Amino acid sequence: MSQALDPHAATVAKAAGVEPGPRLTTADGRPLTRALARSSRKARRRAFLLVLPLLLFILITFVVPIGQMLQRSVKNDGFSANMPQISAWFAENPRGTEPDEAAWAALAADLQQAARDRTIGIVGTRINYDMAGTRSLFTSAGRQARNGLEPPYRDAILDIDARWESPALWSIMREASSAYTANFYLAALDRTRNTQGDIVMAPSERQVYIMLFQRTFVMSAVITFMTFLLGFPVAHLLATLPLRKSNLLMIFVLLPFWTSLLVRTTSWMVLLQQQGVINDILVWLGIIGTGQRLQMIYNQTGTIIAMTHILLPFMILPLYSVMRTINPSYVRAARSLGATSWTAFRRIYFPQTLPGLGAGALLVFILAVGYYITPALVGGSSGQLISNMIAMHMMQTLNWSMAAALAALLLASVLLLYWVYDRLVGIDNLKLG
Amino acid sequence: MSRTSADDAFVVFDRVQKSYDGQSLVVKDLNLQIGKGEFMTMLGPSGSGKTTCLMMLAGFETATHGEIRLDGRNINDVPPHKRGIGMVFQNYALFPHMTVGENLSFPLEVRGMGKVERESRIMRALDMVQMGKFRNRRPAQLSGGQQQRIALARALVFDPKLVLMDEPLGALDKQLREHMQFEIKALHERLGITVVYVTHDQGEALTMSDRIAVFNDGRIQQLAPPATLYEAPENSFVAGFIGENNALPGVIEKLDGDNALVRLANGALIDATAVNIRENGQPTTVSIRPERVEFKPEMMPPDAHTIDAEVRDVVYMGDILRTRLRVAGSDDFVMKCRNTLGQTRLSPGQQIKIGWHPRDARALDPVTTQQGSVN
Ligand SMILES: Nc1ncnc2c1ncn2[C@@H]1O[C@H](COP(=O)(O)OP(=O)(O)O)[C@@H](O)[C@H]1O
Ligand SMILES: [Mg+2]
Repeated sequence: MSQALDPHAATVAKAAGVEPGPRLTTADGRPLTRALARSSRKARRRAFLLVLPLLLFILITFVVPIGQMLQRSVKNDGFSANMPQISAWFAENPRGTEPDEAAWAALAADLQQAARDRTIGIVGTRINYDMAGTRSLFTSAGRQARNGLEPPYRDAILDIDARWESPALWSIMREASSAYTANFYLAALDRTRNTQGDIVMAPSERQVYIMLFQRTFVMSAVITFMTFLLGFPVAHLLATLPLRKSNLLMIFVLLPFWTSLLVRTTSWMVLLQQQGVINDILVWLGIIGTGQRLQMIYNQTGTIIAMTHILLPFMILPLYSVMRTINPSYVRAARSLGATSWTAFRRIYFPQTLPGLGAGALLVFILAVGYYITPALVGGSSGQLISNMIAMHMMQTLNWSMAAALAALLLASVLLLYWVYDRLVGIDNLKLG
Repeated sequence: MSRTSADDAFVVFDRVQKSYDGQSLVVKDLNLQIGKGEFMTMLGPSGSGKTTCLMMLAGFETATHGEIRLDGRNINDVPPHKRGIGMVFQNYALFPHMTVGENLSFPLEVRGMGKVERESRIMRALDMVQMGKFRNRRPAQLSGGQQQRIALARALVFDPKLVLMDEPLGALDKQLREHMQFEIKALHERLGITVVYVTHDQGEALTMSDRIAVFNDGRIQQLAPPATLYEAPENSFVAGFIGENNALPGVIEKLDGDNALVRLANGALIDATAVNIRENGQPTTVSIRPERVEFKPEMMPPDAHTIDAEVRDVVYMGDILRTRLRVAGSDDFVMKCRNTLGQTRLSPGQQIKIGWHPRDARALDPVTTQQGSVN
């Protein structure tokens, strides 16, 4: 645009453009373009060498683990690697085929081999992910099959446990017979496959993930909004106070970063619990009766309060850095043009803070969506977020594929959010500091 | 434009004082009347309190003491948005997230004006500054001069009676600045609005204003039309601040009505007009414009005193010859001669005698160190 204003610039640009003309050469007769490429190649190579350590670091600590996680979310060979024969039978026979004697024989052989290799536990665990209580089915069958089973294998295995006949079990084994599967993603979305292989809703008592995703997003939105409500005035103060006072205020803003997590959490407990300071004050003021003490911790309220506190600086700092650059003469101009102070704020000041607000909101929301430790400590059961579920699968059920699928969905939703933001606001409008 | 009495003045500063910190006064006892339709300029060095005065008038600062009246009404407690004063800021303060058209529409919208009326006013204001084609641009897509015009149009679009401008041309280059001075002046005359204009550029003040208030140290040093200010400065600050000036320190030898005989530092005697001098023996600074200094005997009045001078150098400036002289212990005495045919060319080291008409030399208060003469 500035070009249009400056006729001189336009002529310069035209002169610099590639006009078809005689090929230019250097003094010693080589083509100019080749000489230029050669001379800039060296500079480029040096620049690349400079960032190489960082590239390697990112590759090793970030790209590779995330890649592994994504792979793990679709790959689980706990069954297929240890039960090769029955897996082969599933591959040969289409869904709906009744298990014939060959299938039972393959199962018996696999059970025997897995029991000898001591991998029967892994197999059982894999099937147990999809059908509770089946781990013991495999381990006990393995114990008996260790010394070999007599044909007919169907009767032999059903003698061990009649549950082996269940079509649901066979359906699940079929799903597990290939190393790569989308079933963990289905499970993460509260879906499962029925015996015909169609995707259906999981039994209602097992439907938790969609609800948790919803709760995570809603609570993150609430937290983002709270940090905006609380942070906006503070950022404004920071940007307009004289330097010495604003420095002091900045220390208070950054205080949550400098306190240990446990200290912070403990103080929230002291403040918020039913026998805590706030309830005591409310009772003392007569606002609530002794029997009506508020439950403000170990539930969603606790998670929201504590996370708003810890995430507040991520909202304040980008806002502050944008507000500092807004010249006070804009608001003055608006006032002199006849706007009340509220109109001047709403139409002139606030729109100019949007790049900072967008950056702050995006930061807070993304951090909140993945937050784990604070909800685990103060969230009780109703304040748990999806990341707590991921942690549970990582550390307790050891269903890493499930954890990986949940994490991948979380990652995808954050990327989606980022993309939407870029479409709506433009990522280059983001002012992080 | 004529001087108005306090009763029918449009803007009145009545014994206004301002302190930001409670320790020192930034504006000390300001009394100023501005007539309707007048172009009044506040001129002064940086930090002399001009912006503060303007901000008090606009309502962004409160007067610590005194009263400001607009059209006969005390506006001390009127908030800025109810004063109806147009304002042009030094950095233009065009709203960066709005187009030119939206910027101009803003003051009309907050006044609740209908769309049709708004449209016609916006077009009229844009045409007035020859910016009609730039309606849909954003401020960042305009050059400095164009932004300046839009800022002007925005300050005028709601037909204010009074427009304040705080160094509006400070960011423009010289040529554009001179052009805009002309345009602002033309607009002022065409619209009949009252303008209070702040600048630290004396050339700008001299060419545009009906009257100039020279500020220094929180006080008005002199309030007068441009010609008076240049030709009859009332104190050495004004003499030094406006235009080029020679200042010769001395002591009053003899006072006879308006005529003063001054003994300079080296003992020489010269004639001058007494301005703010009261008695014999008082220290004084004689102020004389370089173009009023003569070195040819036939050009001086017959009974005028002359003094010895030594030529230090002569700078050829085309239309004039600027000669630096050593006079009465001062090394920076400047004499300007028109470069006419047959003009005597002086050479460095030459001894001459200089003099002037006693009316052109003004015996003023002694220069104190803090009053640095600009230029
Ligand atoms: N908001 C303020 N707070 C404190 N001091 C100020 C403020 N604005 C101006 N001043 C002081 O008041 C004096 C006059 O300033 P100003 O009116 O801006 O002068 P000018 O516009 O003539 O350059 C200066 O010494 C300046 O430091
Ligand atoms: Mg100023």
